[in-house]
Amino acid sequence: MALMEKDKPQAEVKPEAVPEQSAPVAAAATPIKAKGFRRYSDLEYLRLNVWQKFVYRLLCFFVAIPKWFKNLGLKIWHGIKKISLAIAHEAQDIVMTFIHGDWKTKTSYVVMGFGNIARGQVLRGILFLAFEVIFILYMVFWGGYWIGMLPSLGKQGPAEEYNEELDTYTTVYHDNSFKILLYGILTLFFIVALIYTWRLNIKQNKISEEILKSGKPLKSGKQDLRSLIDDEFHKTLLALPVTGILVFTVMPIFFMILVAFTNYSGATNNGYTNNLFHWIGWDNFNTLLNWNGGGSAYSAAFGEVLAWTIMWAFFATFSNYFLGMLVAIMINKKGIHLKKVWRTILVLTIAIPQFISLLYVSKMFADNGFIIKWMQDWGWVDGNFSFFGDKANPWISRLMVILINIWIGIPYLMLIATGILMNIPEDLYESARIDGANVWQQYTKITLPYMLFVTGPYLLTSFIGNMNNFNVIYLLTGGGPTNGALSAASGSVGYTDLLITWLYKITMGANSEYYMASVIGILVFVVSAVISVVVYNFMPSNKNEEEFQ
Amino acid sequence: MEETAKPVQTPEQKPSEMSNYQPAQFKDKKHMGLHAKRAIGNTVIYIILILMSIIWLFPFVCIVLQSFRCESTQPVGYIIPQKWGFDNYVNLFTTTNFPKWLLNTFIISIVTALLQTVIVLCMSYTLSRLRFKGRKFLMNFMLVIGMFPGMLTMIILYRVLADWGMTQANSIPGLILVYCASSGMGYYISKGFFDTLPKSLDEAARVDGATNAQVLVKIILPLSKPIVIYTLLTAFMGPWGDFVFARYVSFGASDGMNVAVGLQDFLSTTSNLFKNYTMFCAGGVVIAVPITILFMLLQKYYVEGVTGGAVKG
Repeated sequence: MALMEKDKPQAEVKPEAVPEQSAPVAAAATPIKAKGFRRYSDLEYLRLNVWQKFVYRLLCFFVAIPKWFKNLGLKIWHGIKKISLAIAHEAQDIVMTFIHGDWKTKTSYVVMGFGNIARGQVLRGILFLAFEVIFILYMVFWGGYWIGMLPSLGKQGPAEEYNEELDTYTTVYHDNSFKILLYGILTLFFIVALIYTWRLNIKQNKISEEILKSGKPLKSGKQDLRSLIDDEFHKTLLALPVTGILVFTVMPIFFMILVAFTNYSGATNNGYTNNLFHWIGWDNFNTLLNWNGGGSAYSAAFGEVLAWTIMWAFFATFSNYFLGMLVAIMINKKGIHLKKVWRTILVLTIAIPQFISLLYVSKMFADNGFIIKWMQDWGWVDGNFSFFGDKANPWISRLMVILINIWIGIPYLMLIATGILMNIPEDLYESARIDGANVWQQYTKITLPYMLFVTGPYLLTSFIGNMNNFNVIYLLTGGGPTNGALSAASGSVGYTDLLITWLYKITMGANSEYYMASVIGILVFVVSAVISVVVYNFMPSNKNEEEFQ
Repeated sequence: MEETAKPVQTPEQKPSEMSNYQPAQFKDKKHMGLHAKRAIGNTVIYIILILMSIIWLFPFVCIVLQSFRCESTQPVGYIIPQKWGFDNYVNLFTTTNFPKWLLNTFIISIVTALLQTVIVLCMSYTLSRLRFKGRKFLMNFMLVIGMFPGMLTMIILYRVLADWGMTQANSIPGLILVYCASSGMGYYISKGFFDTLPKSLDEAARVDGATNAQVLVKIILPLSKPIVIYTLLTAFMGPWGDFVFARYVSFGASDGMNVAVGLQDFLSTTSNLFKNYTMFCAGGVVIAVPITILFMLLQKYYVEGVTGGAVKG
């Protein structure tokens, strides 16, 4: 057994050979059939020791990757197939409705809502018609221009031009690329909305025809309105929130994704603010990821910052998680008095707005703060010591942000863990105690698995949240100490900078390279999405959301 | 732990020992040992908890103490003031724009709290209890959209607000608009709450002829007090701490700042820091005290919301 334990480090290096080596117990029970990876039965798995279980699971993970990609590919393929079939079906339905429909339906293909009005559903008809009229007017007066300019993003930049009225030269701002892109996207949204409404209008004509043929009456305008608080109540409730999300989140995201393919920045150009920019394709991505080779300042900075971002997210999430759980267990232990007092003291940190506590703590540990002065007075450190400014030892500031984040985060986790710990049935512990389990065993076999199962999704979201934890980093260190080796990239990259703070610093910098910020933002999304998808697929708790209803 | 007092369930006993039942005097001896062990364990925990309390409260005690310091305004190497007084508070309200910031933030947070609560409740109620075509798609879509860093949208929102004249000194309506518009994305916690209400309630009312709107108003809303208060509380507290976007929108115009931006400005440069450090502490106290009191009063609801939200994911 001991000999086998020594073999295990090799196991990670040579995955194929592992099962035979790392599973002596299983090997003794059943002869090994084939070389290579083999899944254990439940009984065999239970016989492994902790370390073997870990290696086995790791192997399972790696072995599953090709299969996982295959499934993903299949899913995408099926998705594409489904969508194209749906489109074909819609097109067929549109044509068939036109062929079989009466003249009212046929007119509705051009004049939206005509069928509704002609069949007595005036309210619906007027809404359809009004939408069409507004759309046409918009396209004629404004939309056409924006859409037409979208491919070039404007041709004529700002210039000094002779003004006859004033008899001097004045600055004339011609095409504004920002507005072209913005309103171009809005116009595209509008066109999509029109196509959808047009399709809806045709569908309704078809349905009304069928209803009338079967001899039933159509819904009146009054009934339509009434259904908005009954069967169609979701439309009423969702109208406002979804519109808000579309205009203030989806549209800006579209915009910023497109900006990543332009050279939009806040830099001045011949003395004018840069209101003319162009499509430049994948160049910005190439600058950041450097796939053509050659090396660039941005790609070096991106690698550093991404590594630290993931490291930070990992430590910030799990340090808070385990310490918060520990604190909750300590406070909830039977025989500990004043439970409420301990909890209240910790919760106080949540109540006080974060910017106050974070800013104050950052000043406490700052170079002129009293903590350093005390440490100097006591002779612990010399005059050069700095928590957040030591460029030679950036790990000091990195450690400090993680520690202060623990200070911020433990109260939340304490609250969450308290609630969950109380839900663990007491008889589980009771029977464990009867079987002679000590406190540590009770923790690892009951508390921890239960917590991990229940809070799996929470851990994932808090990991992603920590990757984007702007406040803690920016208010504590501002990203510093500055990393001198990466000064060629804009945004003065620091050792504690996360991707998100770097992005912010780039947009607030002298040249405001929005295009670079957009590329970084997109990559943050890609990283979060990949991590989420992978973790979610391996999580035990893909629960049924209706289990409590 | 009371259960361990019963002889059969003492943890030290191995299953094999349990068969020969121990007489009373042995049992008591074992108990003494347990008690002593537990007492040591509890003492250690008490020491840890006391240390933690000190660490957690220390910055807040410092901030209060320094806000009363009158002899100097810069950071110093001691925490107990040599000369006590209300100078910093008086200066804060008379020489700076702090009252304006306070008013701005108060207006923003009241309006935001109300609007955001309505929007979040609409969203979460619909997604939780109504079934309609596209529901799954909508939820997945918002999940994906939510993974884009919000920072990215700031640039464009700023330019749009600037176009509408809602930046700098007029930033209040702009900030309210942006805080509320996308708040539907944060439906998770209250959806988790609605998910736990029994579905039979709705069904019974529907059978009796109630419309969906009546179900919401007459049946679900009266049961939703905890989640309504939770949403109001978090929405109200949000604007007090928002710093990034508020700074972007106010863009240096003092009249359009909220407290977070204004107070951060106090410390932005070293010369400001030396001039305003104690005033920043005073400002922090002025903001933190009412919010903390409010929070402590409604703590129960907050804890319920946070706990439920984490469990449901």
